[in-house]
Amino acid sequence: MTAFTPLSALAGGLMIGAAAALLLLLNGRIAGISGILGGLLPPQAGDAAWRVAFVAGLLLAPVAYAALGHATPAVSLEASTPLLVVSGLLVGFGARLGSGCTSGHGVCGIGRGSRRSLVATAIFMAVAVATVFVTRHVLGA
Amino acid sequence: MARILSAFAIGLLFGFGLLASQMANPAKVLAFLDVFGAWDPSLAFVMGGAVIVSSLGYLAARRLGHAVLAPKLDIPSRRDIDPRLVAGAALFGLGWGLVGICPGPALTLLSILPREASIFVASMLVGMALFRLVPQSGVASTLREADA
Repeated sequence: MTAFTPLSALAGGLMIGAAAALLLLLNGRIAGISGILGGLLPPQAGDAAWRVAFVAGLLLAPVAYAALGHATPAVSLEASTPLLVVSGLLVGFGARLGSGCTSGHGVCGIGRGSRRSLVATAIFMAVAVATVFVTRHVLGA
Repeated sequence: MARILSAFAIGLLFGFGLLASQMANPAKVLAFLDVFGAWDPSLAFVMGGAVIVSSLGYLAARRLGHAVLAPKLDIPSRRDIDPRLVAGAALFGLGWGLVGICPGPALTLLSILPREASIFVASMLVGMALFRLVPQSGVASTLREADA
């Protein structure tokens, strides 16, 4: 159980949306993390630098966030190594096969009214909710 | 060079959003997905806020007709719902629901939970690389680079 935090969630969401809007307006690219990462496997000449720079920004965000005087947000993760491996494989493969993830489909795609992104988001949300239901209330009961 | 600097700054902003919203907290994500348990709907506000601002950016970019630092807007144009989209989204949802981590938060978590996040990110990159072994149809391979 975590506390209901609508204001900080909305503030963070506005920042994520602003990042997506700026990447499209300035660089002409969709801020889909799995697409940006996948485009580096393998890197293509002339197309890799902006991807590496974006990923570097994401990686350094916690350090910069702390440097600006914010406390490093508390995070909590309880998962065994085998579970981390399986879920990582599924997330990476699934995002590429389905042409996007939470950011590419859920934020950018829905934001421009893409039918493919609406369908993909509805499917991954429903499957994720069902997965949590099974692991917490069926298997974990 | 400007394009690289802007991508870096935008990556930082994206990461700040993940941290401030707690989207990078797997326990928070699982609580959001636990609709039939002790549901915490907070993260619906993340998606709501993000979609509104991203759609405004899309409308502005469409009106401009090109990007400020790039000659064109690289926007996916496919509209068909194909089996890959459905299967890929389902596999992604399963992986996301198991531990509560999706690709952006996975990267941002590397410096906060180095052990767990590096195992997840390494596996995710292997999963992405395995996708390249899937036979590409003609349409899929020409459109792949434009995908989100």
